[in-house]
Amino acid sequence: MTTDIYILGIETSCDETAASIIKNGHEIVSNIVASQIESQKRFGGVVPEIASRHHVEQITLVIEEALHVAGLEPADLNAVAVTEGPGLVGALLIGINAAKAFAFANGLPIIGVHHIAGHIYANQLMQQMEFPLLALIVSGGHTELVYMKDHGSFELIGETRDDAAGEAYDKVARVLGLPYPGGPQIDKLALASDDAVDFPRAWLEPDSYDFSFSGLKSAVINYKHNIEQKGGTIVPEHVAAGFQKSVIEVLTAKTVRAAKQYDVKQVIAAGGVAANKGLRASLDAAFEQENIPFYVPPISFCTDNAAMIAAAGTPMYMAGVRGDMSMNGRPGMQLTSWNE
Amino acid sequence: MIWLGIDTANTPLSVAIVKDGTVLAEVNSSMAVNHSLRAMSTIEELFATVQLQPKEIDAIAVSEGPGSYTGVRIGVTIAKTLAWTLKKPLVGVSSLKTLAANAFYFDGAICPIVDARRNNVYAGLYEYEDGHLNAIKEDGHFAIEDLLDSLKEYERPVLYIGKDVAMHEVAIREKMGENAIIAPFPLQLPRASSLIHMAQQSEREENIHAFTPEYRRIAEAEANWLMQQRKDKASE
Repeated sequence: MTTDIYILGIETSCDETAASIIKNGHEIVSNIVASQIESQKRFGGVVPEIASRHHVEQITLVIEEALHVAGLEPADLNAVAVTEGPGLVGALLIGINAAKAFAFANGLPIIGVHHIAGHIYANQLMQQMEFPLLALIVSGGHTELVYMKDHGSFELIGETRDDAAGEAYDKVARVLGLPYPGGPQIDKLALASDDAVDFPRAWLEPDSYDFSFSGLKSAVINYKHNIEQKGGTIVPEHVAAGFQKSVIEVLTAKTVRAAKQYDVKQVIAAGGVAANKGLRASLDAAFEQENIPFYVPPISFCTDNAAMIAAAGTPMYMAGVRGDMSMNGRPGMQLTSWNE
Repeated sequence: MIWLGIDTANTPLSVAIVKDGTVLAEVNSSMAVNHSLRAMSTIEELFATVQLQPKEIDAIAVSEGPGSYTGVRIGVTIAKTLAWTLKKPLVGVSSLKTLAANAFYFDGAICPIVDARRNNVYAGLYEYEDGHLNAIKEDGHFAIEDLLDSLKEYERPVLYIGKDVAMHEVAIREKMGENAIIAPFPLQLPRASSLIHMAQQSEREENIHAFTPEYRRIAEAEANWLMQQRKDKASE
């Protein structure tokens, strides 16, 4: 007889307060997200102190709602999985301390999950992950290529040397006077554009899987200054399209090259920027041509959520990985393997 | 009736379990250690010491601030999560009142002080009367000079309490002279048993989900935003 495994996931690493219950590592029983975007919009970005204040207001509500929607009691759960890092430390601490208090009160084990492992495991909610696997993580804080030869094995093969892709999107959006969050706005403008400004691509060394976006960001700023100095005005659509083209081309080319070199069975994309329509279309087309299965979760599972944390926590629970009551927020946590 | 008390509002950590008016166990420390490392592990140890299960407690008291934003939030988050999931009543008590409660029977005014950097403090003014500790000045965030000016008008001895008083002792003695009384070191740390004592005389929170810290100060980004809104409105 097999017993079902129910994991409660909690995520508060940035500006979403989220709780979710996942059955057997892949079945979404409940998935609650309280977003702060309306509040944070006032500041043109996420203010850490404001984020922490909102998390305290929401945390028990989202956990209660996750249990209520699932129709489960704490006693029905096997463990609590919580984002341990990386992220905003004050924000992480709310989820972690709520998770510890909940686990202690109900006699449950607690598991600390790496946020990026969560983003990768968001795919497990859609279809079975097959190894070896390559994951492209693109978000406001991350741009990484991760090779996985099995569950819980993470090898970082490339990362950004300066700005994360999403960070570059937000900065360029600000240059173009677009509202926060800027990524979706640029994507929209770019897709509707009939022309694109030619911006440079940062390929770095020929064999490198690393990324760099700060030069591109500067190129956009310089382009705008030059035109405006001559008394002209830029066409925001053309700038957005040119910027997006440069980002997507580099991301796609490096991901394809890595997938072939590591001979993976599956490629997945994850993180907030994986919601970008232009990037999804480019990766889809490239991997169809290479005949390598490529998956990207629906948009609501690309942005921060707790279902992905519970999904990543399930194989950890099964492998006996446990945290304890001294768990702390780890803003600079490294993605390390837990199965070796 | 078994109470759990938690104070992580500032550098000191205090956790206590009180049963029917008796302190079963209390842990006090004042180390510059992140409360996330120590708060829940100390609570776990305390329950083991008194051989109780979490569900056996009847009520939870927590220091609701003011103080370190992150510190207050850790205690409040732990307390509200425990109260909600264990279905127990929750009582929030001012971190300053908790400090003042160390000098419960002092005949005069008690001014608990917590440093808030850049010559600012969180402070209040309390007085013992008919078995209760009453606030005679609302907790707030003050420039130390402004606080002392307002206390000078009081023209009576005031007891200054809290481990951060030492940082402002020179200014206090200079301004208040004979009327300045500085509490000795055994009274300088907040005690969760005192917190529970105060909680027993207070109203329980009606809505645990809506319970949040008493920051006594608006977040800087929000203050700037409000100022900008006012400016924009004025220039319209």
